[in-house]
Amino acid sequence: MTQTTITLTTYRNEREYPFCPGCGHGLILNALNHALIKLAVDPKRTVLVTDIGCHGLSDQYFVTHAFHGLHGRSIAYATGIKLVDPDLNVIVLIGDGGAGIGGAHLLNAARRNIGLTVLVFDNFNFGMTGGEHSVTTPTGGVTATTRFGNLERPLDICATVAVNGAGFVWRGTAYDKDLADVIVEAVQSQSFALLDIWELCTAYYVPNNKFSRNMLTTTREALGMAAGMISRAERPEYAHALRDAGAIQAGQPALRPDPLIPIFASTLDREFRLVIAGSAGGKVRSTAKIAGEAAVLSGLWATQEDSYPVTVKTGHSLSELIFSPQEILYTGIPRPDALVLVSEEGRRAAARYLAAMSAESWLFVTPEFADLETPARKLVFDFEAAGMRGARKQAALLMLSAALRRLRLFPIEACEEAIRRGQRGAIAEENLALLAQSAGVYVTCA
Amino acid sequence: MREFLDGATAIARGALDAGCNFFAGYPISPATPLLLHMIRELPKVGGVAIQAEDEIASISMCIGAAMTGARALTATSGPGISLYSENIGLAIMGEVPLVIVDAQRMGPATGGATMPAQGDVQFVRWGTAGGYPIIALAPSSVAECYSLTRRAFDLAERFRAPVFLLTDKAMFLSMSTVEIEQYEHPAVRARAQAQAAPAGDPDLRPEESFWPWRFDPIDQPPPFSPFGGEHIMRFTGSSHDEHGFLTKDPARVGQLNEHLWRKIADHAPELELVRADLQPDARTLFVSYGITARAMEEAVLVARAAGQRVSALTVQSLWPVSKGAILAAVGQVTGTSESAGHLGPVERVVVAELNLGDFRREVERVIYGWAAQTRQIAPEVVGINRVDGELITPGQFLQFVTSNE
Ligand SMILES: Cc1ncc(C[n+]2csc(CCOP(=O)(O)OP(=O)(O)O)c2C)c(N)n1
Ligand code: SF4
Ligand SMILES: [Mg+2]
Repeated sequence: MTQTTITLTTYRNEREYPFCPGCGHGLILNALNHALIKLAVDPKRTVLVTDIGCHGLSDQYFVTHAFHGLHGRSIAYATGIKLVDPDLNVIVLIGDGGAGIGGAHLLNAARRNIGLTVLVFDNFNFGMTGGEHSVTTPTGGVTATTRFGNLERPLDICATVAVNGAGFVWRGTAYDKDLADVIVEAVQSQSFALLDIWELCTAYYVPNNKFSRNMLTTTREALGMAAGMISRAERPEYAHALRDAGAIQAGQPALRPDPLIPIFASTLDREFRLVIAGSAGGKVRSTAKIAGEAAVLSGLWATQEDSYPVTVKTGHSLSELIFSPQEILYTGIPRPDALVLVSEEGRRAAARYLAAMSAESWLFVTPEFADLETPARKLVFDFEAAGMRGARKQAALLMLSAALRRLRLFPIEACEEAIRRGQRGAIAEENLALLAQSAGVYVTCA
Repeated sequence: MREFLDGATAIARGALDAGCNFFAGYPISPATPLLLHMIRELPKVGGVAIQAEDEIASISMCIGAAMTGARALTATSGPGISLYSENIGLAIMGEVPLVIVDAQRMGPATGGATMPAQGDVQFVRWGTAGGYPIIALAPSSVAECYSLTRRAFDLAERFRAPVFLLTDKAMFLSMSTVEIEQYEHPAVRARAQAQAAPAGDPDLRPEESFWPWRFDPIDQPPPFSPFGGEHIMRFTGSSHDEHGFLTKDPARVGQLNEHLWRKIADHAPELELVRADLQPDARTLFVSYGITARAMEEAVLVARAAGQRVSALTVQSLWPVSKGAILAAVGQVTGTSESAGHLGPVERVVVAELNLGDFRREVERVIYGWAAQTRQIAPEVVGINRVDGELITPGQFLQFVTSNE
């Protein structure tokens, strides 16, 4: 909570509560008002976040900021507010209905230990929509939708958030004398604080179950749920922790244009479409990117489109490259000018391109595809015969650079430059060595 | 000088340059790279980025953040937009500046996660209850990914409304060359701010010092004051009066809903953004947007090189519909050619898109509506459509030029 204090005799405005006679919601709001007075918080530094249900009307009766959102989502709005301004007092008012539909937010806010104060107005049913059952309806409870008694087990909200990391967890009733004090403590706590406040819906749950105030205790005991302070441990508060973690990076250079100055030249006078097809993990995409950047470093325009299965470490990896002296508009490749096949998985993924090859096309393959039938001009590169180390694993870069040496679309030195500027350390060294090796590759024309 | 980059990077850069300082998202192909960019970049500029527990939380957090003064961005694909739906309504009702990137995927449900698609055009328009206007932009180049992201933030702030940036896998993830000078840098306005509170107001009656909502002038968003700021802010997704109190008073509710509508609808002409490449006497007009517009522009070059006449309209602002620009393109050059019994020389309008006619429906509505009103013969409106995960080819456009002339 923030330090600024302010002397107000009430945080209520002059509007009257809209609740049914005897409804517990007003009692909880009175306790909240008393707590705010004791805390002497600045209303301008305090936000009440509510959602939908009878309890959700509550924010209209206070002089603090108010956020009235969608059913069950108030913890998520409150998280956004707290992340932007971590020193705000953010108090969330939810119903047992909201705790159910928004259960994922409840769990995750507890897990993060974000410093929200959550008051659950727990009256065992949906008041606003006509007394249907909720996640906290006791077993056997009669509601509009459990007419012969609820068969489901009620959710123990406190145990759930406590076991998942909430720093401050308490259960009691709207009638507890110390409710205001507990709210004070909860707001003062830096942790995610949740108060599960059991109360009466006099319009539905009370008449349907002949329920009474005393039964709040007997029901709880019968269900074996704890009361009072259930968890109390200060852990790092998430909104501050996230800011602190980010602060380490403050001022580091952000994303900026990364100009490729054309220090090489190309004589390419038309669009040239090249496809390289290999296997996942075979560095196909990074190799294609080197070629794309090399083209741009040679004054050309380039595009690169990759395809690979969602399970990225298995199956094929295929990159389509287009080089052109002009801006490239359409990026589809119905018929490649050149196809580089690096592996069997690549060959299968490139079947449509293989089928589209003509006598003008180039096909660059490893020896395993030496017998492949094609009208294209086929060159077989045998790195292993040339005694190159790690040839299989590095085949993509070796093959593509050997092909580029043949095709003379732009100088191979442009690839060197692309590696030097885009890659670092050992990887750059290794790739530069491969690039040099590709000059001595053993070729057969088929 | 040129660069080699993908649309996701250009969008991230556009967002950072537009002052974005909050991002919440949930991983989904093909939108994930933007989440990764923002997680990496925002801490450097003092912003906050978070992977939320789901898409409902993502957009909820963005709404909370935006009303605390942040410039918020989120990104997802169709399945995530589905989960955003209810909160898109809240952002409209609560007049929340928010930019939503939709990297579209093919088909309903999980669909084709990594196929280019444009199937969400009508979905983002009508994706929430109540039916209010929204703003949606569609970049058709990586350079436009940058500039339209800036524009999206500008419009979100100016109109205090959610603004969509519709893109797809091919635009978002493929690397392209950009001439750095091609980047446009539209100004990003800040939302109108509330005036300072009158000094010394001890009895704290916020209702009197600041009205968080305002319906007069009916076409302007209200001045803003953040949570934690010096005015008491009442935000609500329910029908409300100027103070943010719930109301069912028909006069107030009517005014609120008219305000939400007219805030954008009255300004539709200034929201129009197209690239019109019109040729005198062309009888065919191509209309497209996003990735498909690139094939269209290539087809136009090819057709004209062969001596054919053809016009093209690349639409960057999908919503509100660029009515003026569409009618101008149809009736273009000769202006009125009533003698010929047509709106203009155009006899056929070909709308190309990677869906089964989402935007064609709007082009038809505009052109046929106008023709009926003015008692003129409308050009026929036809579509080039593809939903097989492949891009529409320049050849598909060219068929219309050759068969038509
Ligand atoms: C998405 C959505 N689903 C359903 C509703 C209808 N609805 C309004 S209030 C409510 C339940 C409220 O119950 P609870 O949170 O326990 O509040 P109470 O009325 O008991 O205070 C429901 C389901 C809604 N507003 N939004
Ligand atoms: S319906 Fe129930 S929860 Fe709603 S105001 Fe009445 S008693 Fe309270
Ligand atoms: Mg309830």
